[in-house]
Amino acid sequence: MSIIEVRELIKRYDGRAAVDGVSFSVEQGEIFGILGQNGAGKTTTVECVEGLREPDGGSVRVLGRDPHDPELRQALGVQLQESELPEKITVQEAMELYSSFYRAPADWRELLDTLGLAEKRDTQYRRLSGGQKQRLSIALALVGDPEVAVLDELTTGLDPQARRDVWDLIEGIRSSGVTILLVTHFMEEAERLCDRLALIDAGRVVAIDSPAGLVSRVDDERRIRFRPSAPLDDALLTALPEVTSVTRSGRQVVVAGTGNVLHAVTSVLARNQIVAAELRVEQTTLDDAFVALTGKEFQ
Amino acid sequence: MTALTKLTLTETKLFFREPVGVFFVLIFPALLLVILGSIPSFRQPNPDLGGARVINLYAPIVIAMSIAMLALSGLPQLLATYREKGILRRMAVTPVRPIMVLTAQLVMCAVMSVATTAVVLAIGRIAFDVELPRQIAAYAVAYLLSVVASLAIGLLIAALAPSGKGAGAIGSVLFFPVLLGAGLWLPRDLMPVWGRRISDFTPLGAGVQSLQDAAGGAWPQLLHVAVMLSWTIGAGALAVRFFRWE
Repeated sequence: MSIIEVRELIKRYDGRAAVDGVSFSVEQGEIFGILGQNGAGKTTTVECVEGLREPDGGSVRVLGRDPHDPELRQALGVQLQESELPEKITVQEAMELYSSFYRAPADWRELLDTLGLAEKRDTQYRRLSGGQKQRLSIALALVGDPEVAVLDELTTGLDPQARRDVWDLIEGIRSSGVTILLVTHFMEEAERLCDRLALIDAGRVVAIDSPAGLVSRVDDERRIRFRPSAPLDDALLTALPEVTSVTRSGRQVVVAGTGNVLHAVTSVLARNQIVAAELRVEQTTLDDAFVALTGKEFQ
Repeated sequence: MTALTKLTLTETKLFFREPVGVFFVLIFPALLLVILGSIPSFRQPNPDLGGARVINLYAPIVIAMSIAMLALSGLPQLLATYREKGILRRMAVTPVRPIMVLTAQLVMCAVMSVATTAVVLAIGRIAFDVELPRQIAAYAVAYLLSVVASLAIGLLIAALAPSGKGAGAIGSVLFFPVLLGAGLWLPRDLMPVWGRRISDFTPLGAGVQSLQDAAGGAWPQLLHVAVMLSWTIGAGALAVRFFRWE
């Protein structure tokens, strides 16, 4: 049984479909990412999973239950994109309060330790930095010791170090058996954390695959850049069957090609006693895959 | 500890961290009674009032004012702020329902209001010789009806206000006519007949008269009970109809 099962989900606002037939399923112990640009329908989709919104069509099941089932909320941890706490509540009071909502909560002290908030226990919410607020919001999502966690824009507003710490934390939580649904518009995060990704554009799923799988779908061409040590006749390269194009950018030569293009190019250069300085092979990234699959520039 | 107890305790702690709120809800009513009581003529029997004293009229008015502070100003502002900041929405994805937050708030308001009322009655009795209510049961009923009617109006404000600041503004605008009706600037017994007639139909005008009647040993008049219940049902129904958690 899938932990989260979304089928043909439709949600309209003022007649316009924000989510237009989204389907995916998340398996036990998986980190499943929903990747897309702002306004693509990511948050609306997970809000239907969280029971905050009523779908206009399709079905959503979490742990085999309806998202409105009160029993489900004992097992579901949620981090919302934009939600605050009362200004003058302290970190400890917030953790104790949210702990009291669950039958079998996690140890909030441990959570604060892991999230580096232990020293902020007595600090009021309004005095926390953006990153600290974000970490507290993650702690609150996990305080019920959930089986499933839905995290929306997890690392927004964190500095690079804090971001990496949170990623480590999420991997730790997954290894303890929690299934995670992660909403992100951040490629590096998706690539680093997610086992599988649903690429969403304009309310529809464009592709579902592992990050490497998505990349390999568009990975039919690679590019080689180098600076030749001696003048180089382009015809030497264009004559190769693996090469599709040769362009120059300043003193650099950029060769695009398929298959074993790297080996073919370096062999030709060696035969002509030309050294390829500053040689770089450019791999297709998730960004490239996104652009290729949606036809849009990622921001 | 149950979630509701924990929520109520936490909300109470937060209440005590707002010095302005604490002053107006807990201290100001008692202070106002002391100030009015220190005016010598207010302590003398007044022939215009058939020998009654002004200070006696003011005890229920001050209590009505404290109810209005909590119900029309404090409660809606807090709830609308919680909604604006997504605090209620955050609560909605936990096993606790947002209505628990509301319940915790109402419990806290009720406790604060009872405390303030007890202090005002005690100061009146000890410092200014204002007799304690003769009909305790009738007084409790009058008080309860006043509180419930005011809270219903407060919830309606919270339902309609676009933001915490908006709720504060609506509350302050309503505060004056409501307390004018309750007799804060001119007690009902000194009002012209037409003024008292209008006051009869305001929630706290009816409330103050019922408290005053009960203090003198009589049960509230049917008209006033009906007025307070109508406000409760009317405002309450509209609040339920328009309340949004997000």
